[in-house]
Amino acid sequence: MSRKIVAVVPAWNEAGAIGNVVDEIRAFDPSIDVVVVDDASTDETASVAEAHGATVLELPFNVGIGGAVQTGFRYALEHGYDLAVRLDGDGQHDASELSRLLEPLERGEADLVIGSRFVDRGGSYRPPFARLVGIRVFARLVSILGGQKVTDTTSGFLALDRPGIELFAAEYPHDYPEVEATLVALRSGLRLSQVQVEMRERESGSSSITFVRSLYYIVKVVLALLVARLRRYPRLEEVRR
Amino acid sequence: MTPLRVSIIGAAASVLLILVVLELIRGRRLKERYALLWLATGVVLLVLSAWRDGLNTIAGWLGATSYPPAVLFAVATLFILLVLLHYSTVISRLTDENVDLAQRVALLEHRLGEVERRAPSEKERIAQ
Repeated sequence: MSRKIVAVVPAWNEAGAIGNVVDEIRAFDPSIDVVVVDDASTDETASVAEAHGATVLELPFNVGIGGAVQTGFRYALEHGYDLAVRLDGDGQHDASELSRLLEPLERGEADLVIGSRFVDRGGSYRPPFARLVGIRVFARLVSILGGQKVTDTTSGFLALDRPGIELFAAEYPHDYPEVEATLVALRSGLRLSQVQVEMRERESGSSSITFVRSLYYIVKVVLALLVARLRRYPRLEEVRR
Repeated sequence: MTPLRVSIIGAAASVLLILVVLELIRGRRLKERYALLWLATGVVLLVLSAWRDGLNTIAGWLGATSYPPAVLFAVATLFILLVLLHYSTVISRLTDENVDLAQRVALLEHRLGEVERRAPSEKERIAQ
């Protein structure tokens, strides 16, 4: 079975890591098309990605991670891809784990598969205490509001089938998107599955979440979640019709 | 002392503001990013209206003991100024981005025209 798969890789000033990321995806499966969405980097991210064989979409100015990722999903929608995966441009997601993310989609058991660091108790990820509390609280909140147990809502490592691509191409939050997007998916009736993954330490660059922005992050996400619960989303069954 | 009626009306107006902002977000007419300052305004005004002793104390610090509700007006004004200033920076950024987009569209259209002129048209290709 040959399904068209695209890998969406958002990147902002990741010239040091992006080449490796593209190589790893192509090494995992050469038939996967790699699309790097360059969110107005000031370094050589775009040319490095291109040199390593990726299709590069360059945004004219910085739109933030959510807008960048959604650009990739819209590309996937327009170009008729059956499946889409998303990996971060900093190299924290291990492309060799893509098979575990794609498996539930290939079997038709899920529309969205999230690579979670907390499915198994035995996972090796040990974040600092404050971050762990944040991750747990968000996961709990999304589980309650979405009606399904979710273990890791801040993961950017995911895979989508066609209905998933259609939903996220139309509905994807623009800043700090992962948590809210998970709830949007559940509220829209996407079948969500989670698989255990390991995430690596950052290879280069710096995390976009600084201490100063943490407060905005928390308030914005909680507000967005509560409001999203009050919203009515088009159910997947309606989209499919 | 703050008249009770001022406290009640102040609290009611704050709650109304919060509800209107939430409804605007729900209807996607307002993004969370631009709603936070408004919500903060509503919450602060609600607290100052409902917590009458607090308002009197703050009025004492500011020397407005003869009419404590003046503090409500002052705080409301301060927040409105903050919101306006914030919007001015947002509009400035949007202006720059908009110009950038327009320039890119003009350049792209020119480039597309060049490409179309150079490439043989669909009809010619079929005839060949």
